[in-house]
Amino acid sequence: MKKTAIFGALTVAGLMAGAAGAATLDDVKARGKLNCGVSTGLAGFSNPDANGNWEGFDVAVCRAVAGAVLGDANAVEFVPTTGKTRFTALASGEIDMLARNTTWTLSRDADLKFTFVGVNYYDGQGFMAPKELGVSSAKELDGATVCIQTGTTTELNLADYFRKNNMSYEPVPIETNAEAQQQYLAGACDVYTTDASGLASTRATFEDPSAHVILPEIISKEPLGPLVRHGDDEWGDIVRWSLNALIAAEEFGITSANVADMAAAAGDSPEINRMLGTEGNLGEMLGLDANWAVNAISAGGNYGEVFEKNIGESTPIGLARGLNAQWTEGGLLYSPPFR
Amino acid sequence: MTTLTDPPAESFKLSMLIYDTRYRSITFQTIALIAFLLLIGWLINNTAQNLVDLGKEPSFGFMNEPAGYDINQRLIEYNSQSSHLRAAFVGLLNTLLVAVLGCITATVVGVIVGVLRLSGNWLVARLMTVYVEMFRNVPVLMWIVLAMAILIEGLPSPRDFRGEDAVASMSVFDSVAVTNRGVYVPEPLFARGLGDVSVGGLFEISLDLIAILVVLGGGLFVSNLIKKRADVTQNATGVRPRTWHLRTGVIVVPLLILLVILGFHLGYPELSGFNFSGGIHLRNSLIALWLALSLYTAAFIAEIVRAGIMAISKGQTEAAAALGIRPRRIMSLVILPQALRVIIPPLISQYLNLTKNSSLAIAVGYMDITGTLMGITLNQTGRELETVLLGMLIYLSISLIISSAMNWYNSRVKLVER
Repeated sequence: MKKTAIFGALTVAGLMAGAAGAATLDDVKARGKLNCGVSTGLAGFSNPDANGNWEGFDVAVCRAVAGAVLGDANAVEFVPTTGKTRFTALASGEIDMLARNTTWTLSRDADLKFTFVGVNYYDGQGFMAPKELGVSSAKELDGATVCIQTGTTTELNLADYFRKNNMSYEPVPIETNAEAQQQYLAGACDVYTTDASGLASTRATFEDPSAHVILPEIISKEPLGPLVRHGDDEWGDIVRWSLNALIAAEEFGITSANVADMAAAAGDSPEINRMLGTEGNLGEMLGLDANWAVNAISAGGNYGEVFEKNIGESTPIGLARGLNAQWTEGGLLYSPPFR
Repeated sequence: MTTLTDPPAESFKLSMLIYDTRYRSITFQTIALIAFLLLIGWLINNTAQNLVDLGKEPSFGFMNEPAGYDINQRLIEYNSQSSHLRAAFVGLLNTLLVAVLGCITATVVGVIVGVLRLSGNWLVARLMTVYVEMFRNVPVLMWIVLAMAILIEGLPSPRDFRGEDAVASMSVFDSVAVTNRGVYVPEPLFARGLGDVSVGGLFEISLDLIAILVVLGGGLFVSNLIKKRADVTQNATGVRPRTWHLRTGVIVVPLLILLVILGFHLGYPELSGFNFSGGIHLRNSLIALWLALSLYTAAFIAEIVRAGIMAISKGQTEAAAALGIRPRRIMSLVILPQALRVIIPPLISQYLNLTKNSSLAIAVGYMDITGTLMGITLNQTGRELETVLLGMLIYLSISLIISSAMNWYNSRVKLVER
């Protein structure tokens, strides 16, 4: 009898602890900082610069959310995570959101209990090999030694691809991108496999990038996007619409240069007005200020600006827009309406 | 006559629990125990409750689902369609492999270094001191990473072996290939093998291996009988009969006959496609981990051995010398057997340390139980609590088995007091 009462009390305590973790928005506001999980260093996506400031394509999403929520794009605490630690960090509440080239899959959604709020990069898994190896297609890789980052979807895709094509391979599991690079360059593995964007990013840091080829086969769909944990839909909405604001801003021609002018007074386009808070109360619905989208966009510019600055064709990484162009340009980027 | 009356029967009062020294300590211990149990209960309950709130009820059902990933070094049959449970088992065997190899090497190196550190030769003793101090004062992770880096950067890659003017070539009569992906050594093959026998449908054991072990064991047994007989003769007559040729013969001859019957030959590694194929592939990850763990632990064992030897009084050495025993025999027959009593208890914890340190394997991509069950499986299924608990349980079992085996050995060699 007494035991039941004790456990009853403990249950209540446990429930309260669970409930306290739910309101991420309040936590972030109270803390004055957004805890954002990023990679341990992948050039162009999330990498600290010479002064220790994080920059990159994924980092820009964190900064946009921090801008929308706190009005300050620099109020972000970046938490480097490996492929292994990222989900634990998010599930345990150590980070508020994860923006780390993470592939959206059903099991991560339903079984790991995460909400992917959208896709910020449509990617696919590819292979990189040294030119001197003379390989021109992934189909010729029978018997090859393959360096692979452990704890990612890539090792599942790899197993499937080689099984489907009835080829054998020797996996060399590696914890981080930097170690993989070292082993690949030393010739401890014949090919390195990861998302094609990651390959381009890694190749860009090589002494002689032209000595390595990225094979034409893309063996999987890898929609990469930011994610939050289940159980706080309001917070999920905020991250989702911060990302959508960046995408829509490019579509509407709003840039970091003209966003302040456009937000100063209501313009001709009702949707732009609603997004920038000069009309309607979309910000209030999200629990944010009216100028949330202005702050998100001025953090680093619209999607196109972020892309060009960090991973676009003018950067050493040199990725073409491809699938990641606006839907009006034949790509897949399509933001739902701001209404 | 005075009658002694019984002292008034003391009735137990509640206050005595605190004021009576007979009960006080029990009272406090009981309170402390209850508080401790409550704390544990609260922790477990809170964890379980929070997991339920997250929608992640603890369950081990995922262990039967297909793992979906490949493992390079597998001692039993495994492919990406096997279950997570089997993947964990493959990892466990890899952990045990490196632990056993490591413990043996560490003991051999440790004993040699420990003895040499006491050598009268100034140079040898100082060199051993440098070795011990270098290895035991740097974290083992650094040694593991360093060993791997040396293997990867220092050795030629398989493509250097290719072509007419190859930069690298195979060693030991073209039979061993040392590359930066590992060492390929010839493998034993049997033209008329006996096949495999399945153990409970779980894994297969080669009948050839069993046959060889049986013949070898039989040979050792007979050889031991011959030795005992020689002992008896020596005790009776004072002359030890010459037996070494007989003792080698009973071990070697049946083994050779068996190998010929089985059609024994060596399969040499050869370059084909991207890699060497054929032969046994000792991966660099295994070699690096094995070397680093052994050398690191050997430094500690050397100190334990030195302490054990120094604990034996000098009189023992002098007495043995006075009997005319040669110095090397004094060490092996008089000093070491006595030193073992001091050496073994701390040696157990070094074996345990080595086994647990092998969980650093992921640093070099060696797929041990931490890499499979608590690495990839954890990541693909998102079952942090279950996999980590299971992993802890496995390490606990391994450690308990090692220490009970060593304790058994210790009870055999310890001083028998009458």
